[in-house]
Amino acid sequence: MWWKYLAGTLLAAVSVAVFILPPPQAQIGEASRIFFFHVPAALIGFVGFVFSAVYGARYLQRRDPAFDRKAAVAAEIGLTFTIIATFTGAIFSRVTWGMFWNWDPRQTSILAVLLIYGAYFALRQAVPFRDTRARLSAVYLLLAGVLVPLLFFVLPRLYPSLHPNNSLVSGGGEFAMTLPVGLTFGASLLSFLLLYFWLHQLADRAGRITEKLES
Amino acid sequence: MPSGTSSWASKVLALLAKDLRAEFRTRYALSAVFLFALTTLAAVSVSLGAGGLPAAYLAVLFWVILFFSALSGLAQSFIKEAETKTAVTLQLATSEDVVYFGKWGFNLLLLLGLEVFLVPLFLVLLNVEVYQWWLFVTVIFLGSAGLVSSTTLIASVVAVAGVRGALFSVLSLPVLLPLLVPLVQVTEKCLTPGVMTPGTAELRILAAYAGIALTGGWLLFPFVWRE
Repeated sequence: MWWKYLAGTLLAAVSVAVFILPPPQAQIGEASRIFFFHVPAALIGFVGFVFSAVYGARYLQRRDPAFDRKAAVAAEIGLTFTIIATFTGAIFSRVTWGMFWNWDPRQTSILAVLLIYGAYFALRQAVPFRDTRARLSAVYLLLAGVLVPLLFFVLPRLYPSLHPNNSLVSGGGEFAMTLPVGLTFGASLLSFLLLYFWLHQLADRAGRITEKLES
Repeated sequence: MPSGTSSWASKVLALLAKDLRAEFRTRYALSAVFLFALTTLAAVSVSLGAGGLPAAYLAVLFWVILFFSALSGLAQSFIKEAETKTAVTLQLATSEDVVYFGKWGFNLLLLLGLEVFLVPLFLVLLNVEVYQWWLFVTVIFLGSAGLVSSTTLIASVVAVAGVRGALFSVLSLPVLLPLLVPLVQVTEKCLTPGVMTPGTAELRILAAYAGIALTGGWLLFPFVWRE
C-alpha cells in the first residue's frame, strides 16, 4: 500500500522536477526534456512485453487462467506505454532530425513491438474459447519473444543509428549523466515502474471481477 | 515416442507423402500460392514496364512478392486438417514431433516448388541480371527455410483458432521482420555488378533465424496441438 503513495508523490515530483532540475541540453536545448518521459515509457513498454511472455509461459506450465489474465494485462499496459514511447520519440525525432519518422533502427524495432502487440490482441479477439485463447496467445508471444530479438543484430547493419543513445548521451558526452540529470531520470524511471505495477494490480483486479460476473 | 530414429523418420516421411498426395488431388494450396505469385508479379511487371530497376528495389520486390505469396497458402495444410476434422485422427495416430516436422517438410517443399516457378519468371519479366548465382541460391534457400520454420507454428495456431482470412499474415509478418531485412540486403548484393563480398554475417543471421524458429516451433508445437 505504502508504495502507491510513493508512486503518486514521485510522479508529481518528477513532472515538476523535469522542468526545473536538469539544465537544458547544450545541443538540442529544451526539447531534451522529453527524454525523461520517453525513455522510461519505452522501458516500461518492454517490461510489459517480458512480463506478458513470462506469464504466458507460466500459463502453459500450470494451465491456471489467472496467468493468462495477467499476461493480457501486462500486454495491455505494455502496449499503452509503447504507443506513448513511439509518439514522444517521433516528436523528438521531428525536433532534432527534422522528420517524424526516418526508419532509425530504434523506430523499426519499436514498430516491430507494436506489430506484435497488435497481432497478439487480434489473435485474442479471434478465439472465443478461453482455454484455447490462452494457450494460443501464449505460444505466439513466446515465438515472437525468441525471434524478434534478432532484430537487434540485424538493424544496426542496415542504417547507422541517430538515436541519442549513440550520438548524444554517451558519444559526445554533451548530455552527460550529471547528478541533476541522473537523479531526475532515476526518479522518473522508478515512478514509471511503480505506476506499471499499480496499473497491473488494478487491471488484474478488474479482470478478475469481470470474470466472476460473467461466470 | 517411437523407438528408433529410422521409424521416426519414416513416420515423418509418411505424413509428408500423405500431404503431398492430398495436395495433388485437390491442388488447393498449390494453385492459391502459384496464382497469387503470378498475379502479383504480373501486376508489378506491367506497372513498371521493362525498364531496369535498381538492385535495391528489385530485391525488395522479390521478397515482398515471395513473402505474401507464401502467406497466402502456407497455412492450408493445417487448416485442411481442422476443416475435414482429421486433426483428431492425426493426434491419435502419431506424436506431435512427427506432425510438426511432416508439416514443416511439406510447407518447405511447397515453397521451394513455388520458387522454381517464380524465380525464373521474376528474372525474365523484370530483366534482372544475377551476378552471384551461388549466393543467390543460398539466400533463397535459407530465406525459405526461415520463412517456413516460423510460419509452420503460426499456421497451426491459426488452424486451432479456427479463423480464416487475414490473421495468418497479421501474425506472421511481425515475426518475419528480422528475416526480411537481411534477405533484402544479401539479395541486393547478388544483383549488383562488381560486389564480391560474400555477406557471411547476413548468411549467419539467416541460418540462426531458421534454426531458432525451427527449434522454438518444435518446442511450442505440443502446446498448440494437444488440448
